[in-house]
Amino acid sequence: MFHAILFYSFAAVLIGAALGVIFSRNPVHAVMFLVLAFFQSAVLWLLAEAEFLAIVLVLVYVGAVMVLFLFVVMMLDIKVEEARSGFTKYRSFGLLIAGLMVVELMQLVWLRGNDSMGGSGFAPTPEGYSNTKALGAVLYTEHVYAFEIAAVILLLAIVAAITLTMRKRPGLKVQNISAQVAVQAKDRVRIVKMDGEETQ
Amino acid sequence: MIGLQHYLSMSAILFALSVAGIFINRRNLILLLMCIELMLLSVNFNFVAFSRYLGDETGQVFVFFILTVAAAEAAIGLAILVVLFRNRRSINVQELDTMKG
Repeated sequence: MFHAILFYSFAAVLIGAALGVIFSRNPVHAVMFLVLAFFQSAVLWLLAEAEFLAIVLVLVYVGAVMVLFLFVVMMLDIKVEEARSGFTKYRSFGLLIAGLMVVELMQLVWLRGNDSMGGSGFAPTPEGYSNTKALGAVLYTEHVYAFEIAAVILLLAIVAAITLTMRKRPGLKVQNISAQVAVQAKDRVRIVKMDGEETQ
Repeated sequence: MIGLQHYLSMSAILFALSVAGIFINRRNLILLLMCIELMLLSVNFNFVAFSRYLGDETGQVFVFFILTVAAAEAAIGLAILVVLFRNRRSINVQELDTMKG
């Protein structure tokens, strides 16, 4: 019962935060609502006993990705009124489609699902079960190639992001490395032969 | 008790809201990216719920990889957004018609 109260309250805040993301007029507010939504999701994943992913969601998503979003939103000088013109034009249409999707998916979940899916809740985990340990045991054995590909994808993202945003500014004073390396002693030092002066 | 169906319903509502967000905010590119993040979150909800229901950790491993790819996608998407804003001084989707699509 306590579990159910927790689930419904956090789910309600999550849906409210999602509505805030959609309808807020200021992009900074939308990012803040998205942070709230990720926090609520992390709590709901904790209730489903996916502890490792819940912490990863807070650390990686809220800590890195959402801060990146916030950084970009604040850095770009977006005119709010301009970005929001035509805001109401598609609102009813979008909400109609969303309502239709919710009805269909609910029908699928609640009418077509069997009894073991709903009423009795999740089966209890065995004594001494550790989610992180179990996840690590499959991640580094069965899925180790996928894990390495994920690392390569992150490297690709770093390289792509830096290459995209790097630019050559005109008038920038930089060294010409190849010219520096190719230089020879005769280009720099001139040996002059001249007669010595008489001393008094 | 809270079971699989509750989590699936939660995720369905979240997914529908993010689809509605894409329709509503179709002028602003950064809000479109945020709606895509929300959509990925609702998909991850399904994976976590089914992983818990079936007692199989593979679903959670998949969520791990989705989070990785989503982080990479967000980084590259925001980099493209910054370059776009630097060149056009606008992130309005309606003005991005250079390719005549």
